[in-house]
Parts: sequence; structure tokens; C-alpha cells
Amino acid sequence: MILALSATLIVIVALLWEVAQPRIAEAWARRQARWARVPVDVHDPGRERRAEQRARQLLRSCVNDEEWEMYRDLGFLRVWGALAGGPDQGGTEATRAGAPYAYLIYPHRPVVAFLPQTRELLAEYCVAFPDETRPYGSARLPDSDDVLAKWMALTGDERHLVDHANMHQPGRQLDPKQVRRDLWRLSQWEQARLKRLAREGGVGGPPAPPARPSAG
Amino acid sequence: MKPGHGEVLLAEGDVDVRAEEALLVAEFRRQLDLGMWAAVPLTADGGRRHAQMVKAFDEVPRDADRVIFFPRAAGGR
Repeated sequence: MILALSATLIVIVALLWEVAQPRIAEAWARRQARWARVPVDVHDPGRERRAEQRARQLLRSCVNDEEWEMYRDLGFLRVWGALAGGPDQGGTEATRAGAPYAYLIYPHRPVVAFLPQTRELLAEYCVAFPDETRPYGSARLPDSDDVLAKWMALTGDERHLVDHANMHQPGRQLDPKQVRRDLWRLSQWEQARLKRLAREGGVGGPPAPPARPSAG
Repeated sequence: MKPGHGEVLLAEGDVDVRAEEALLVAEFRRQLDLGMWAAVPLTADGGRRHAQMVKAFDEVPRDADRVIFFPRAAGGR
């Protein structure tokens, strides 16, 4: 009699375990998940903004007043080309003949070479300054640091930068209409600035490209 | 220049003080070993600003007030 009851009890317990085991396991896993230490990425939303503010101060301390105001008001910088025969990649007959040329520097966009007299776009130079060590979780410089890096590389060693860049025809990444509109905005901005300087009694005069060494 | 951070002061000192110059040289070499480019912002006659790229500490003008290090350029997309 006792043996039969024991056997029946064992069977009942075994059946109950079969039914309840998944629920118990799930409840245990849930409890463990609640108490588990989850690494949290403490994102500081102000960090990028503070980095950009520092970068703007650094840029301002490196470029002249005209260039700083240009970037502040228009969002890009113009740098005059200084190679005697124009850039090897992207140059034209005009640049080889000595026509003044210049670049527009946009943050995190290609550098655009153009002829100021005709507003003809010459080429897009795709260049980046990635820091693969990613010390702060991103390989991307703040916008104004990217502009400053391009400005330093262009004014410091134009040929080297152009040679390092991937050159493309105008329009690959930047809409040529938008770039021509930016050139028009730049001319309007320069006229307004000259008038303002004249009113204030400052030294005015149209901006002139730097002297280029003679070709050959 | 550091991604996500902006300007970071790496080292400062007076090149006329031997110990401080050694510190600056060591930091200069360390940055170049990390693959950074170095540039010195300058002002030319007439107020035009430009940069001078430097590859050795000896190339840094003695009166330069700073050297800026930034990641090496690579062809972008």
C-alpha cells in the first residue's frame, strides 16, 4: 500500500515538474536579468557641442578676420590656390596658363576647386582626417576642426593634399547648382563687407589671390 | 585636434629652457609616431595667414607659439 502511494506521489511530482519547469526557469532568468549589471554608455549630449565650440575658437585663432567672418556667415572657407601650373589633378588649360583658382572648404564635404573669374567648377577633392584610434568613441573631427585641418593642409602643402585626395568631377557629392549659389553668396558677401569696411574707414579693396610662382 | 573633443593641450614649455625643450621634442615625436600631421599657423607679410607643415622639430620656427597636430589626411569618399 505504502509502496503504491509512494510511486503515485513520485509520478505526480514528476508530472508537475514537467509542467512547471519552463515557467520556473523563465521566472529565474527574469529575476537574474533584473539584477544583472548592465554596462551603461553615459552619453554626454553637450560634449559634441563643447568640442565644436573649442574647434571654432581654434579656427578663429588661425585664420584671418576675413576668413573667419566668411566661415561664420557662410559656412565655408575660400582658399586661393598657389601652385604655379594649377593642381596636377583637376587642373585645366586655364590653370596651367596661370589663371587664378581657389578652393571652397566645407566641413566634412569635399573640397571644391573653381575658377573665381568664371565660377567654373574644376573638381571635387574628397579628403578625410580619420583618427582610427577613436580616443573619444568617434573618428570624426568637429566640423570646424575638419575645416581647419583642410585649411592647414591646403595652405601648408597644397600639392600634397591634392595628391592624397580622391579627385572626382564636380557634382559627384556636391550639387553644382548649390556650389555656384555659394559662389554667388560669397561675391555678395564680399561686396557687403567691403562697403561696411569703407563706411567704418577701414582698409578696403577687393580680395586678391596670393602671388603664384611662375609656371615652368 | 581630437575627434569628439576638439583642441587638447598636449604639452607646453619654453624652447629656450633645455628641460622643457626636451619635453616638447618628446611629445612632438610621439604625435608623429601616432601618425599625426603637424602644422604651425603663421602670419605672412600683409596679414595673410597660412600654415607650415613640419615633419621634424627642427623645422618648427623658434618663435612659433604653437604646433597643431591633426590626423593624417586620407582620400575620402
